Amino acid sequence: MKKFITRLLLVLSIALPVASIASEEVSLEKANIDLRNQQSLQRGAKYFVNYCMGCHSLSMSRYNRVATDLGLTPEQVQKNLIFTRTDGELSKVGELMKNGMTPKYGNEAFGNAPPDLSLEGRLRGADWIYSFLKAFYKDPTRPLGVNNTVFANVGMPHVLWELQGMQELQHAEAAEGEHAAANAHAEPKLVLATPGKISLAEYDRVVLDITNFLVYVSEPGKLHRQAVGIWVVLFLLVFIVVAYFLKKEYWKDVH
Amino acid sequence: MAERPAHNYTGFLGWVEDRFPLMETWNKHLAQYYAPKNFNFWYYFGSLAMLVLAIQIFSGLFLAFHYKPDADLAFASVEYIMRDVPSGWFIRYMHSTGASAFFLVVYLHMFRAMIYGSYKGKRELLWLIGMLIYVALMATAFMGYLLPWGQMSYWGAQVIVNLFNTVPYIGNDLSVWLRGDYVLGDAALNRFFALHFFVPVIVLPALVFVHIVALHAVGSNNPDGVEIKQGPKGNRWSPDAPADGIPFHPYYTVKDILGVAVFLLIFFSILFFMPEMGGYFIEQPNFEPANPLKTPLHIAPVWYFTPFYTVLRAVPDPWYGTVAMFAAIIMLFLLPWLDKNPVKSWRYRNQAHKINLLSFAVVFLVLGWMGVEAVTTVYKELGTRMTQIYFLFFVVLWLHSYPAKVNYTKWFGILLAVVVLYDLVFRLNLEDSEATWQMVLQFIWPVIYLAATLLLPAFKPSFNQEKPVPDRVTG
Repeated sequence: MKKFITRLLLVLSIALPVASIASEEVSLEKANIDLRNQQSLQRGAKYFVNYCMGCHSLSMSRYNRVATDLGLTPEQVQKNLIFTRTDGELSKVGELMKNGMTPKYGNEAFGNAPPDLSLEGRLRGADWIYSFLKAFYKDPTRPLGVNNTVFANVGMPHVLWELQGMQELQHAEAAEGEHAAANAHAEPKLVLATPGKISLAEYDRVVLDITNFLVYVSEPGKLHRQAVGIWVVLFLLVFIVVAYFLKKEYWKDVH
Repeated sequence: MAERPAHNYTGFLGWVEDRFPLMETWNKHLAQYYAPKNFNFWYYFGSLAMLVLAIQIFSGLFLAFHYKPDADLAFASVEYIMRDVPSGWFIRYMHSTGASAFFLVVYLHMFRAMIYGSYKGKRELLWLIGMLIYVALMATAFMGYLLPWGQMSYWGAQVIVNLFNTVPYIGNDLSVWLRGDYVLGDAALNRFFALHFFVPVIVLPALVFVHIVALHAVGSNNPDGVEIKQGPKGNRWSPDAPADGIPFHPYYTVKDILGVAVFLLIFFSILFFMPEMGGYFIEQPNFEPANPLKTPLHIAPVWYFTPFYTVLRAVPDPWYGTVAMFAAIIMLFLLPWLDKNPVKSWRYRNQAHKINLLSFAVVFLVLGWMGVEAVTTVYKELGTRMTQIYFLFFVVLWLHSYPAKVNYTKWFGILLAVVVLYDLVFRLNLEDSEATWQMVLQFIWPVIYLAATLLLPAFKPSFNQEKPVPDRVTG
């Protein structure tokens, strides 16, 4: 029997056509986020409420949950991180992180209402968010003057431009001389044309912090889940040993 | 009414037993139910399926405490469960992981029945009830998948409900009737929620009950396919019990505890460390709320439906595709009447039959794989060829019923001619040269399959040799 399975698998593995799937996706930069780094998460939260939250809400998340998970007191969050209003008054710490942007206004202003980002970390993933925030470039043909290599023709302005500065897309065709042919197939490159307030390395850290925060907020209980899981798995490993010997003991008289 | 057997129970148990067949039932189905002593690895999945059903019912109940079946609230209420409900994430992951685990366990349970011929020997009804459970399970899973109201929930349900659109004459009315509206929306979500509660909580347990009643009336099959009830009588527990039987309790309850522990180790490892299972158990697009105006680029059902989804896509005409998809399921119902070979277990059948069963397993997996991939010319052809082999399997299974009598080469010719005819009449499109080239190239699959299952036993007698079935179970 075993011979047959191996033979069958052998035949299949040789005969399977090598299917090449052309991947249309842009290559993303790896984001080395660390959900345990609370300082990074705190900075990420700070950048988010200052730069992003005017348009993007986190309507599934509560301020006080963020406070607990990021090692902040509710008072600290109330004082430093809450800029949104509920019925005209500054939001309370127990409320959801919603902003004043209505879908109707968003649609009128940007063509597409800015999406809620509560689950962006799970929908797109860390690498995508990280790369996206680094991929804005000057494009005068677009209504807001910028475009993005990760999300082509995105309706969002380059909110962080004063930090990063402005990039330009350099096409490889521009290269001349003997390397021109070799470069023809190379991807266009983003080059910093106007420097911003901070260095590129510092900007990378800012973007990484925002990414880290968005990944955290997409599943706030992730670290807790894994911590519980270790104990469950350890218990089951012990239980399997017990169950194995129990079965062996009961079955010793079956022949 | 027949007299109930006398009992020796005293005290409270005796008081109950006089009024209710508590120990009588316990004995009949557990302590004095004699199961073959040679169950192997494949026999864990029946009890595991019941365990997963219990997990699904109880986790589902707790989810229903907090879930809101309303198009405006559903998506946020799931995230409310994930974030604000204490341990809500655990309940939700139990349910989402449980859904996939259910199908995994049931598929293995069904394949067990196929390799050991467990639908034979007065077990046809047992098999049919099992198939009804499978269909009810698919309906339940399909309706449950709409409830989170994410993009994939919405568009997956859209695709499936639209299948009913393709039914001639009544299609449109039928799909409107199913949705309760002209579009998929709040009405559909509400009724799917009601049905997703009703079917698994009322229908499934009832079917499982009947499944077990039928099993215990006929008795369990085993890896040797030997009927222990027809063998010698008398064991340590009872002079009338089959000699090769052992009481289900404690022997198999203790053994199943081990199976449950190993299963839970895998189950919880997924639940706690990779609940999305790389996008197979929870698909990434489902983290975006349903948007009727935005069709996702690539709609893929959850993995357990993908084999049938590939069958659907393999046929270009939507109505015939739908028919093919349902036919793929109906064929499984017919197994007891297609496989007429008196030998049950593949241990004693010819090699060609084993190749046939293993090919079926591989084909089912490839069909599943094709269902999650975006359609390319190569994949489309591969999916179509695998669909053809899926249906050929049932014919070959029927042919292997009579290994001594059947004219293998004649049937090899007939079946290959059917494949060629189908290709020429329904599929050949010379204008699409790439598709035609793939059609020619991948013609190799049905040829290999039919050669391995029909020509090998025709020309190499060792592949057609059946082994004598022992009188008693082995090992």
